[in-house]
Amino acid sequence: MNPSAAMASQPNRDLPPLPGRAPQPIVEVRSISKTYAGGIEALSGISLEFPEGRLTTLLGPSGCGKTTLLKIIAGLIPATGGQVLVDGREVTGPGPERAFVFQDFALMPWASVIRNVAFGLELRGVAHSEREAIAERHIARVGLKGFERKYPHELSGGMRQRVGLARALAVDAKVVLMDEPFSAVDEQTRRKFQEELLELVANEGKSFIFVTHSIEEAVYVSDRIALLSRRPSRVSAIIEPQIQRGGDPEKIRRDSAYLDVVEAIWQQLRHYLD
Amino acid sequence: MVISGIRLPMMAALLVWAVVWEIAGHTDAGFILPPLSRIIWRVFEIVPTASFLDALLITGRAFLLGNTIAIAVGVPLGILMGRSVIADRLLLPWVNLFLSAPLSALVPVIMVLFGLGETTIVLTVVLFSMWIIVLNTRAGIRAISPSLVEMARSFGSNRWQAFSRIYLWAALPEILAGIRLGVVRAVKGVVIGQLLVSVVGFGTLFEIYQSHFLMEHFWALLLVLFAFAFTLNELLARLERRFGYYAAAR
Repeated sequence: MNPSAAMASQPNRDLPPLPGRAPQPIVEVRSISKTYAGGIEALSGISLEFPEGRLTTLLGPSGCGKTTLLKIIAGLIPATGGQVLVDGREVTGPGPERAFVFQDFALMPWASVIRNVAFGLELRGVAHSEREAIAERHIARVGLKGFERKYPHELSGGMRQRVGLARALAVDAKVVLMDEPFSAVDEQTRRKFQEELLELVANEGKSFIFVTHSIEEAVYVSDRIALLSRRPSRVSAIIEPQIQRGGDPEKIRRDSAYLDVVEAIWQQLRHYLD
Repeated sequence: MVISGIRLPMMAALLVWAVVWEIAGHTDAGFILPPLSRIIWRVFEIVPTASFLDALLITGRAFLLGNTIAIAVGVPLGILMGRSVIADRLLLPWVNLFLSAPLSALVPVIMVLFGLGETTIVLTVVLFSMWIIVLNTRAGIRAISPSLVEMARSFGSNRWQAFSRIYLWAALPEILAGIRLGVVRAVKGVVIGQLLVSVVGFGTLFEIYQSHFLMEHFWALLLVLFAFAFTLNELLARLERRFGYYAAAR
C-alpha cells in the first residue's frame, strides 16, 4: 500500500472544467480558532479550502471539534479568531447560500412533512402555494412522495433524515453542510444514504461539507478528506481518495483503492487512541 | 373498570356516591346535608332566578378577566424566565412562593388596597391562576431541543419568527397544561374572593343562604360550581390532547 498515492491532489471525478474561472474554493477557512468559555481550546488555527461542486469531509476522532468547525462555517457559532469566506464573502452569521442537515434531524414535530421541508422558504416569505410546490418536488426527490401530510413521529429515523435533507435542498443553497447526518440511522439505511449522496453530489452541482467519525463512510463519499487531530484541533492531513465511482456502488466497497485509503487513514488515526 | 365480567362506565363510581348521599340525606344528617334529589331540584329552581343570573354574570366576568390577565402576563413571563437566566434567578423564588403560599390569607390585603369591588375579585383570580401558568411555560421553554433553535437560525429566522414558529409551538403542550391547571385554580380564586368580600356575586348568595340556613340552596349552588370547574377542566384537557400528538415526540 502506498499512502502517498492516495494523497495525490488531483480530483478524480469527470466534472467539466469551470469555464473562465480559476478553480476557486467555494468555502475558505482561514486560521480559525475557537476557545470555549471554560478555556477549552477546540480549534487551533485551522485553514482549509473546500472546492466547488465537490464533497469534502471533516474526519477525526470524537470530540475533535469537527462539528464546531462546521457550525462556525454555518455561522451558528462565532469563532474566537480567523475568518470564514463563502463565495468570497466573510461569514458573520447564517446565510441563504448555506443549508444545514442536522445529526438529530431537527424536525418540527408539530408540522407535517411538507411544512418542515418548506420551512426555510416560509422564513424567507415565499408564498404558500409556491413553497409547497417546491417542497413537493424535493420530497419526491428524496423518495418520500406520498408522505407529504404525515408527521415526523409517523416516520422512521431514515425517513426523517430524508425530510431534513429535502429541507436543506429546498432552499437551493450553494453549500450543504451535513453534521453526521447518517449516524442516527441503521446500517442498511446508512449505506443506501451514502450511495444516494454520491448521486446527489454528481447531479445537484452543489458543494457539500460533510462531518463524520466513520473512516469507511468518509472514504466512500468524499472527493477530499480533511483529517483533524485531537483537541485542540489542527488539520493533520488532506486526503483525496482516488476511487472510480462510475457503475455499481457496491463495487466501491470492495475496490482496492478504497480499502487502501481506509487503511492509510486508520494508520494515521490509531495513534490518537493510545 | 370490570366487575365479574361486566364492564362499568366511568361514571359508575359517581352514581354509587350519589346513592350514598341520597341515603345519608334521609337520616339525621339531612339537617346539614339534604338528600341529593332535593338539591338537584333546587338547582333547577335557583338557576333561572334574577339574583343567580346576576351573580353568574358578575362572577363570569371576573373569572374571564382574571384568567385573561393571568394568561397574558403568565405566558410571556414564563417565556422570559425560560430564556433569561437573570430573569429566572430574580423571579423564580417569588413564583414558587406564590405557588405554595396560602393565597386566601392575601385576599384581605388586596381588599384593603382595592376595596370591596370587582377589582379585588379579578386580582384574586389572577393571584390564584397565574403562577402555575408561569412555571409550566418556563418548563416548556427550557425543554426545547437546542438543535431546533439552531435549525431555525440556520434557515434565517429572525427573533420574532423563532418565537412565533418554534418556541411557542415547542412549549405549547406545557403551556396548555399550565392554563388548564391555572383555570381550575381560578375557580377556587373567584369563589374564595367572593366569599371573603361577601357582597359580590356568588359570595352574596352564599352569605344569604348560610345566614338563613337554606342548606338545600347552599348545596345546589356548590353543586353548580363543582360541575362548572369539572366541565372546564375536561374541555381544556380535550384541547390539550388535540396538541398532545407531538408532545412525546419532541
